[in-house]
Amino acid sequence: MPNAKIIPIHGDDPIVPRLVADLEPDVMARLMEFWEFLQRRLAGDYSVDDFGFDPEFNDKVLMALVRPIYKSWFRVEASGLENVPDETGALVVANHSGVIAFDAVMTQLALLDEHPAHRHLRMLGSDLVFQSPFLGEIARKAGHTLACHPDAERLLGDGEIVGVWPEGYKGIGKPFAERYKLQRFGRGGFVAAALRTKTPIIPTAIVGAEETYPMIANATVVARLLGLPYFPITPTFPLLGPLGLIPLPSKWFIHFGEPIYTDQFPENAADDPMLVFDLTDQVREQIQQTLYRLLMQRTSVFG
Amino acid sequence: MGRIVLVTGVSRYLGGQIARILAKDPSIDQVIGVDVVPPKVKLAQMQFVRADIRNPVIAKVLGEAGVDTVVHMGVIATSRQAGGRATMKEINVIGTMQLLAACQRTPSVKALVVKSSASVYGSGPKDPAMFTEEMQPRHTPRSGWAKDSVEVEGFVRGFARRRPDVAVTTLRFANIIGPGIDTAMTTYFSLPVIPTVLGFDARLQFIHEDDGLEFVKRAVLGSYAGTFNVAGSGILMLSQAIRRTGHKRVSLPEFLFMPVGRSISSAGLIDFTTEQVRYLTFGRVLDTSLAQTTFGHTPMYSTPQAFASFLARREVSVA
Repeated sequence: MPNAKIIPIHGDDPIVPRLVADLEPDVMARLMEFWEFLQRRLAGDYSVDDFGFDPEFNDKVLMALVRPIYKSWFRVEASGLENVPDETGALVVANHSGVIAFDAVMTQLALLDEHPAHRHLRMLGSDLVFQSPFLGEIARKAGHTLACHPDAERLLGDGEIVGVWPEGYKGIGKPFAERYKLQRFGRGGFVAAALRTKTPIIPTAIVGAEETYPMIANATVVARLLGLPYFPITPTFPLLGPLGLIPLPSKWFIHFGEPIYTDQFPENAADDPMLVFDLTDQVREQIQQTLYRLLMQRTSVFG
Repeated sequence: MGRIVLVTGVSRYLGGQIARILAKDPSIDQVIGVDVVPPKVKLAQMQFVRADIRNPVIAKVLGEAGVDTVVHMGVIATSRQAGGRATMKEINVIGTMQLLAACQRTPSVKALVVKSSASVYGSGPKDPAMFTEEMQPRHTPRSGWAKDSVEVEGFVRGFARRRPDVAVTTLRFANIIGPGIDTAMTTYFSLPVIPTVLGFDARLQFIHEDDGLEFVKRAVLGSYAGTFNVAGSGILMLSQAIRRTGHKRVSLPEFLFMPVGRSISSAGLIDFTTEQVRYLTFGRVLDTSLAQTTFGHTPMYSTPQAFASFLARREVSVA
């Protein structure tokens, strides 16, 4: 090719070092840091806690993937973060909605990014999560564990922030017509765990998640065939196939409410079912009232 | 008066090691080792009795020597060691029954130490993150070593009821690992390509062989009746452990893992039982605080350190 451009390369200035030198020093430092991170990960040179929580992987990989959704898609506004303690344990109890448990992930990121102490939320999930391939593996690495008394009390006793969604599948799998109506709050096991460990309960209200996948019907036969708790039919799923999996970009609000302290109760309060029921109702009522308040303030779903 | 200790399973690694350690201790007069095959290494301070614990002869040995402490290390973990699953089960279950029957008849016996395994807790998605000693398994083991261990512990509990004067210590060990011991796990981590179950990453826990032996020794020398979890602190994820070996990992879907594992195991490489596969899928972690406070001893090696000690041996043998 006679007319091909020839780019002269100076003999004393090879191209690669020049490229490296052209980079901003902080970009260079970040590249080096990333390289070291990668090497350390590939050598297995990192530590996980007894639950399988891998803080490095969670903060640098998982949460980095979720962050754009949090900031740009749902534009989450978190408030009441001052109600979440900086160092000690607390039990975050929130409403559950939206077919896929996006609300739990967003709450986790809200506490990590926006809380001054960058707290990790350790959620309690159902056994279905931990028996599913990939899902169970990722949930453990993100710090979550099975919803059972020993695990809840161990985490709270270690001073962790524990997250529970007591409505469970009844909450995320409810039809759109019943949005923002709290379902039954399980058996109040979370209250007993908080009482035993004397940790405060933080009733948390999440607005916006209900509109991500408006579930108009539940294909119970398909759900039973697949062994799932419900099979959602939304205006776009399964009609549009995988496209129907894209959540609607609703505007989200997460409010961490006034803590309910459990340390003023007597030693064996957790064994008093009436007290546990009362406290469960109190938590449920506080979340429901906050939901109504946030809904009143909201001007538009997609704001 | 000094003590007379009988150790079963003395021709295998841990049994031989604990016999050697106990023989050196000044408070112990005599160590009697029992096994069906003679030990590879002669132990000068130990009297070896070639006997099968499945046979009532063991009662004679106990009575004639005036044994006061029985250390039962004779539970076999892999069928390869026993030469078949049927023999393994017989040694583990019938052997323990005979041994305990003999102990019950021997008034001189005052203490029993049993090496059990954390596999009695089973392994599955409904497990709590950490098992304490009083927890019941959520997924009861149905096969292999784990099921044998459950049965062995059942016999031991029965014995403890019938002979309340005997201090019974049951030690539930996490996978024992280290420079000397060969187990299904050490074989697994020595495979050039390590198979795992796709979409799962088990939480593993190890105890270094020296720490394991230390706990058995303390159980013999002191008197700590009860059941205790014994494991090194911390955990390793299976993926993380494989990365540390530097070997390749191949993830297979669950339905392929068993056939592939079996074909490797029929080549005599490794024991892939249902329980072992469940453990490599879901893992299991023990809460060891009870053992640490009761024995007043914390394992010297954490789980990652114990694993590193096993890896170091491999590097030496390669060099």
